[in-house]
Parts: sequence; C-alpha cells; structure tokens
Amino acid sequence: MSRELKDKVAVVGVGNTRYGNFPDRDEYGLAAEAFRNALEDSGLRKDQVDGLLVCRIPYYARMGEVLGLNPRWTLTMPPHGRMSAMGIIEAVAAIEAGLCTTVALLYANIGRSRRVNYGGDENPSTWDPFGFTSPGAAHAMMFRRHMELYGTTTRQLAEVSVSIRYHACLNPDAVMRNPITIEDHESARFITAPLRLLDYCLINDGAVCVIVTGRERAKDCRKAPVLISGFGAQETYAPSSISNFDMEFWYPAVKAAGEQARGMAGVEHADIDALMCYDNFSPTVLFSLEGLGFCKQGEAGQFVEDGALSLGGRLPVNTDGGHLSNSYMQGWALNVEAVRQLRGECGTRQVPECEVVQYVQATPCTRSIIYTRG
Amino acid sequence: MAYAKPLPKIDTLNRPFWEAARQGRLVVQHCTGCGDRHFPPGPVCPVCLSDAQDWVEVSGRGTLEGWVDFHRAYWDGFKDALPYRCCLVRLEEGPVLVSNLVGDAEPRFRAKVHAVFDAVTDEVTLPKFAME
Ligand SMILES: [Zn+2]
Repeated sequence: MSRELKDKVAVVGVGNTRYGNFPDRDEYGLAAEAFRNALEDSGLRKDQVDGLLVCRIPYYARMGEVLGLNPRWTLTMPPHGRMSAMGIIEAVAAIEAGLCTTVALLYANIGRSRRVNYGGDENPSTWDPFGFTSPGAAHAMMFRRHMELYGTTTRQLAEVSVSIRYHACLNPDAVMRNPITIEDHESARFITAPLRLLDYCLINDGAVCVIVTGRERAKDCRKAPVLISGFGAQETYAPSSISNFDMEFWYPAVKAAGEQARGMAGVEHADIDALMCYDNFSPTVLFSLEGLGFCKQGEAGQFVEDGALSLGGRLPVNTDGGHLSNSYMQGWALNVEAVRQLRGECGTRQVPECEVVQYVQATPCTRSIIYTRG
Repeated sequence: MAYAKPLPKIDTLNRPFWEAARQGRLVVQHCTGCGDRHFPPGPVCPVCLSDAQDWVEVSGRGTLEGWVDFHRAYWDGFKDALPYRCCLVRLEEGPVLVSNLVGDAEPRFRAKVHAVFDAVTDEVTLPKFAME
C-alpha cells in the first residue's frame, strides 16, 4: 500500500448508540444518534463535515437530510459485513486526494428487531436445493476443513468465544455479559455442526459513527488524534457462489493485507498491542491469526489456548467483546474499540500502554488497518 | 405430498446442468477456447473471457473436501430432515460442488465419492454424493 498515506489521516471522533432490540427505531434515527455522539467526541462543528459515507443505511440523501448535511463527497457501501475497513480506507483516499477534508462514516443495523436470518430465501444461492445456506454454514465448512487438515479441536475453538466473552463482561455496553467456559461452549446446541451457538455472532440493532480528517486539522480536535498508520487489502472473489467461503481460509489474502499494513506502518508483530478481529464466527479469528502471521498456518488452535487472546494474554483480541458478545456492528465497532484503546478510554478492559492496534477482516474483501497513537 | 424443499432456479445459463441431471449425468460448463471446466456456469469463461462455452460430462467422481450438519432449518421444508448433511466435493475434473452426502457411513476427509442421482420431483433431479 501507498506509504505516502501513512499517518496522513486521523480518527478524531467515534460514537455509537446502545446495542439491543429497538423495533421502534430505524437506521436514520440510530445513525443520527451515533453521529451526534461522534461529533461531540471530536469537538468539530457539524458544518466542518464535508464528506459522508453510509453503510447499511437505505438512502444517503435521506441521511444527509436527517443530519442537515450537504457534503461535497458521498459514498454508499453495500450492506455487507465487510465494508468497515473498506470505507475507512476510501475516506483516507478521498481526503488525501482533496475531495473533502472531514468524513463522517455512518453504519446502522436493525437486523435484530426486523428478524433478519442471514440464510434461506433472504440469500438465494445455487446450493439452496441441497439446504446449504447461511454464512455460518460456510464457516462451519471451513472449520471442518481446518480440523481435518490441522487437527484443530472444538475445545481450542472455544477459547476464542470464551476470551471474547470475558472481554464483553468488562464492557458495560456489551449485549452478552454472562461469563462462559469451554464446557459451556462444548455443550451449547449445534446450529450447523461443527459450529455451535457460541461460535455465532450476535444479531442486534445499533449504529456506529467514525469521523476522520487530515492530520493537521486533527490537532484542533477535542482529543488526541489516532493515526491511520497502515492498511492493506486483497479480494478473493471465487467461489462467490459459496458466499463467505474460501478453500484456503483466505490465508493468502490475509497474509498479503497484513504485510501491506505492517510495511506501510513500519511495525512488526511484537509492536501490536491488541488485535481487533472480525469475528462473525469464531473460526474467523483462527484464520486471521494465521494469515497475519501471529502463528504458522494450522497452528492457531494451539496459539489461542490458555486464554492467549484475553486481556493480559499473549495477544488481546476484541477487547470490547467483538461480534460474538458485544455487538454485531459488522466491523465498525471494532474500529471504534481500536481508537478507544489507543486513547486509553477503556476502563477495566484497557490494554496497558496501548500504542499500536491492528484491525483485520478475513472475508472475500480482506482488509487490515493499523492504528497508532498520534 | 408436495415437495417442500427449495428447488433450483433454472435459467438459460444453468438449464443444461439440470437437464443432464434428470438423465442421470453430471455435466459442467467447458470453454472450447482454453479448455477450462467450471461450475456454476458464467456468461463468459472466467479464465480467457471467451463466449465459446459448451457443457461436457464429467466422471461424477471426486474427493470429500468437507461436510457440515444442519441442526437449524432455514426453510420450513427442511424441518423434518434435521439434522441433515451437506458436503463439499472436488470433482476429478476440477470444479468444486456443494451437495448432500448420502449414506450412514462416518465421513472421512478426502474420501473418494461418486455422484448419485435423486429425482426429487418429475422435473428436478439433484446430484448428490456417496462415499465409495
Ligand atoms: Zn476459457
């Protein structure tokens, strides 16, 4: 990735709604609340925002109308769970190209109250006649392959859910705050075996806003800026007929994106204080650790044992509780958590002396971002 | 009783696959330009972008690359089938298919499998797989 973009753009405001089940609210109302919170967090005036990026919000113009914003740059991302880092990188590029100076990125999800299933007739595919559907089943298939190829066990997989739930218990805003054990994981009901209920992310309503601006402007904001120091990207578009699936666990893509991001930021693995890892399903965390090179391919099961991903462990992962236990904000809340960790705002779940945080999404659109303290 | 599970959405692109399955044959799309064999079908060859594509019969033999057991029904028609098993098969000729694994034998990774044809309605036959 372009090293000229290193440290040029900063996150200056983050905001979110409460997370839960809000049948009486829509995307615009939730996003407006998140925007108001992020704006307040940044100390910027609304009229200083001249870029608008919306994701999983029906109509950008209505969003602008709701917020009273007429930006000079607008981008709509599709409502897929892999757009957060794509959107943030697009905003960096737009700012550095001079298309706008300050972008508000808005994401909202009302899937819980509207009973979205993420499978069946909502997502028609070639394989429906066989009953094969849902992103969870695709991840179950990948995890089966990981078990067979590398000997990974479901008890090792449980470590992911247990560590991330532990973090949620430290986060007063998280949806799921009862502690779980490996035995709880092993006795949870199957959804699509080998995956069980505790391997699946939550489905909840809520919204997130991230405000980014150029490094110079960021100095005038309320809080110390968090710099976007590196990023990397690699798509894997086949087999798109089996959505959310890759025979190789996106290993080549995650490896490439991780190398790009570390190279651009000028950091090594040992510099990374916490990892925010897209955890739509617990196996994704194993695939991400291997692709990023925190361990060798096939060894993530051993890597995560004994609470290695918990606060105080070898590599704290998803300190807010992630998608598994905090909130299903499709990557957006994890980027917010990265910012809050680097600001030292995380209270009992704070990573001590946190200076470098990496975000990664192992998906057909793989992205990684490295954030550092400005 | 009427067949209650989802049926394939047959269109001009995939019709040859489903017509062959009805005759107990497994076919995949084939590029007459570069020879690539692929499934699901596309409007052009994904390797060389040629329009010149036909369908060729394949052996129906492959290896079991993975399997999962559904304990949740995303369609009402599958409720009575729970738990049911889906599989991932790499055909000897290259393409990777999702299907159902039939038979009671415990699945073995990379076991040899072959296609079996299940006529679920008068119009639709599903190619499923069984271990050797
Ligand atoms: Zn070709």
